[in-house]
Parts: sequence; C-alpha cells; structure tokens
Amino acid sequence: MKKSFLFISCEEAKHICDKVQYNEATGWERFKLGLRLTWCQITQKYSKQNNKLTESMDKASVEAMTLNEKEELQKSFESELAKYQNQP
Amino acid sequence: MAQHQIDPNKWITQYSDYLFNYTITRVNDRVIAQDLVQETFLAGLKSMANFKGESSERTWLIAILKRKIIDYYRKINSKKGKAEVRVNYNSDSENEGDWLEEQVADPFDKTAEDTIENSELGDAIYNCMDKLPEKQAQVFKMKTILNYDTETICNELNITPSNLWVIIHRARTALAECMEDNWF
Repeated sequence: MKKSFLFISCEEAKHICDKVQYNEATGWERFKLGLRLTWCQITQKYSKQNNKLTESMDKASVEAMTLNEKEELQKSFESELAKYQNQP
Repeated sequence: MAQHQIDPNKWITQYSDYLFNYTITRVNDRVIAQDLVQETFLAGLKSMANFKGESSERTWLIAILKRKIIDYYRKINSKKGKAEVRVNYNSDSENEGDWLEEQVADPFDKTAEDTIENSELGDAIYNCMDKLPEKQAQVFKMKTILNYDTETICNELNITPSNLWVIIHRARTALAECMEDNWF
C-alpha cells in the first residue's frame, strides 16, 4: 500500500523536531510533525525532552568562545607554553 | 600516586569554553572574561609543579580562575570606592531624600536567586557537554551556543549538512538524558 504523503517516519519526525529547535523547519515540515505528534508517543517524548533542553539552554544563556577568540587564545597560549616546554 | 595527570597542550580545546562560560556569568563582559581565562591558563602554566593530581585538571583550573575573578572584583571595587568619595549626591536640600527612591530595587529585574540558579544550570549543561565526544560537543556548541549557520559549520569542519544533523541529533539526545539525570 502506498504511504500517505502526510506520513513521516519516527526518524524523520525527530529530525524535523531538531530543526524546529533552530527555527529551520518549514511550515510544511512543522505540519507533518504536528500530525505525528497527535498519535506517536516516541515522538512526543523526544519532542518534550528536546524542547526542555532548548528552554534550559535559553534560560542559562550558556556562552562559548567564538572560533576567532579561541584561535587568538591558542596562539598566545602556545607561545607561552613553548617557553615552559623549552626549559631545561 | 597521582590520580590525575596534567597536560597543558589540551587545555584550550578541553577547558576554554567551560572556563569562559563560568567567567562570563560572573563578570558579564566578554573581553574581561577572555582576559581572565587567559590569565588563568598562564597562571596554571606557572604553577604546574604544584599540581598534585588529587583533583581533576578542570577543578584545579577553576580554583585558579576563582581567585582571578576575586582579584578582578577587588581591583574594580577599590577603584569604584575612590570614585564614590568624590560624588556629591544631592547637595541641594530640596531634593534631599530622592536617592532613597532611586536606590529601590527594580521589581522586574532578575533576582540574585535567578542569577545563581541560571549560572548553576549553565554549569550543569557544561558538565553534560563534557561527556559528549569531542566532535559532537564542538558541533553542538557552534550550532546552539554560537548560533553559526549550518553552511558555516559544514565548511569549517568539512562535513555535509546531513552529517551535521546526525551529530546534532546524537548530541541533543545524550544531553537531554544527562540533564534528565542531573538537573530536571
């Protein structure tokens, strides 16, 4: 039997759910995910956990160094480190 | 025998983000946070001989960083103290007492408890991120914390978009489970 064009697999639903966390899912994808969420408990559980993680990340305002910042730090640290490693 | 070994070659990749996040939640300034992290690593290099291996490298570096943050606040507070002596607040007798209203805390402002809880939540997230494989942690940080777009990450790390989403999926699943066990 041919699958409905509205049907998505659990894996696909999880993938869309991940994209939703970054606002990268299309309206059509959101709609298909919404349909699956009405009956699939696995997707519901994954979606709940995923949303909770995003909320926590937003609430904590976690920060990291940008690639450039880290590169600069690495450079200055390496020159200092070399001095210590070259010591007799 | 020492339980933990010291290896400064890995400090930047392994601990810089954790230390940076720890610092920025306490000093609220990106540049100052970078300086303090850099100073911490340099102080760590200087006192490597004192590392006994009883705690992990990260705990040891955090201990150094805490002292750096305290020193930073001591320095700015002593400067601030001097500046305040020169302030002549409302010498005009008609406006006397206005400062009381100005000093009242803004009820819509974040409370100290919120700030502490959020910084602890940030530490818990970082603890969970530390358990991820290096590549997963790197991609997750770039995508979720630094908000780099998919194309930039793929170019930088030489991976395809579908690889990126697989990595993100694995990282998010592992992180959600870890947070479930340790925080929620």
